[in-house]
Amino acid sequence: MEALNSNSSTLLSAESIYKNFGPRKVLEDINFSIDRGQIVTLIGPNGAGKTTLVRIALGLVQADAGRIIHQPSLRIGYMPQKIHIEPTLPLTVFRFLQLASRNENGLNARSLIEVTLNELKIVHLQQQQLAAISGGELQRVLLARALLRQPQLLILDEPAQGVDLAGQAELYQLISEISNTQDCGVLMISHDLHLVMSATDEVICLNHHICCHGKPEHVSNDPAFIDLFGAGAAPGLAVYTHHHNHEHDITGNIKSPDDV
Amino acid sequence: MMFESFIQIVTTDFVLYALAAGISLALVAGPLGSFIIWRRMSYFGDTLAHSALLGIAIGLITDSNPQLSIIISCLIFAAILTLLDRNPSVSTDTLLGILAHSTLAIGIVVLALAESVRVNLEAYLFGALLTISSVDLFWVLAVVLFVAGVLFVFWNELLSITVNAELAEIDGANVQRLNLILVLLIALTIAVSMKIVGVLLITSLLIIPPAAARRLSTTPEQMAIKASGIGVGSIVIGLGSAFYLDVPVGPAIVVVATIVFLVLHFYPSPHTS
Repeated sequence: MEALNSNSSTLLSAESIYKNFGPRKVLEDINFSIDRGQIVTLIGPNGAGKTTLVRIALGLVQADAGRIIHQPSLRIGYMPQKIHIEPTLPLTVFRFLQLASRNENGLNARSLIEVTLNELKIVHLQQQQLAAISGGELQRVLLARALLRQPQLLILDEPAQGVDLAGQAELYQLISEISNTQDCGVLMISHDLHLVMSATDEVICLNHHICCHGKPEHVSNDPAFIDLFGAGAAPGLAVYTHHHNHEHDITGNIKSPDDV
Repeated sequence: MMFESFIQIVTTDFVLYALAAGISLALVAGPLGSFIIWRRMSYFGDTLAHSALLGIAIGLITDSNPQLSIIISCLIFAAILTLLDRNPSVSTDTLLGILAHSTLAIGIVVLALAESVRVNLEAYLFGALLTISSVDLFWVLAVVLFVAGVLFVFWNELLSITVNAELAEIDGANVQRLNLILVLLIALTIAVSMKIVGVLLITSLLIIPPAAARRLSTTPEQMAIKASGIGVGSIVIGLGSAFYLDVPVGPAIVVVATIVFLVLHFYPSPHTS
């Protein structure tokens, strides 16, 4: 990976990323960038390549073509969609978070963990076994872990999965606060369209290629978005229809005008 | 009277050597075995142990230092298994099964064919803790100190990749290198345990004590330390009972560890459900 100029406000950018799994085209010509303090949300149907794109951005998967460039020694806090905890491994929430702490100084690490747990309202979980807490609690613990890295860029894969409805709005609110106060960029995948829209600066609508992108209010009016999610997908945001510039077939490929 | 004769037995050289070797090995087997359990590598350990018999055979034929040839062959097999595991064309499970038994069989056949050498196969299969020489003890102590040192230095990193390799990698850990370190430590420990409990029983010394310690522990460190304690206890009691009951030492140690495991497993525990 190449490095961006450290004076630039851009934290990470993807330049014409392509990825195939066997004959299946998963990602085609993906370009986007994330700035400091900016929240970018990836939306798209199941199997649209969202997680693959995130894994490429993280450096866990190699793109077939294109490149990811980022700030030198960019600190990333990553919250995975789910995590398997081996039941034979006794591990308290505190010890799990302690392992992720960057700070080698034990005392500082401890107080930082407590502050973070407080922020996420999960202080009471500290001495619980990681394998024994609920799915929604685990999501918060994973977010706490990502925050403890003191990230410049937060990458969240469906952060509100398994969290109850009231908790979801709160969680997105919290993410937007964190992005503001810590001036960190956020890249997240989400299905909760109506909740995400209000707390996001840029929406990227992905279905193997980028169908549309921009401000939430712009995207929710975009015919490509309405095509994928239906007209009522983003309630509370004005929706009007205009000329469709292309349509998708069932696999997400763009239909040629002749097919339509 | 009985106590005096006990002191006499315990202070004889070979019993002292056996105790020192067994106890020091049990101390590192606790944390190392915990990793084997957490990472579900017990079959991997078995395969390494079985392949070590091939190392013994090669060592005897080429007339090289037996302990050194066991160590080298264990390290080589560990590296090969790790490489094969990265590009799985056969499932790991199947691969380990094939290698474990084919190397054991080849080792026994080669030993039988080499007419010039007479070895006590049983000692390698089931261990011969009481025949430990001062040189053997030196090897055990050197390896144990080395393994313990490396484990101590890399403890947090090894634990991180065990909890979740992907998160550890994003945080900057070199996962492949750490995996290799762990595998080589296991290989080294297995190589020097051969004399103590034998090829067929080595993995049990590594995995039964931590399995027994699991229910008593709420953190990984507790499990590792308690496993060491249970291991040391099993060695001492196993050795003692082998004396009084006149049974083979290796199996006696494993039987004691198994009894501890069963008692702790079925005893109602306040900690975990």
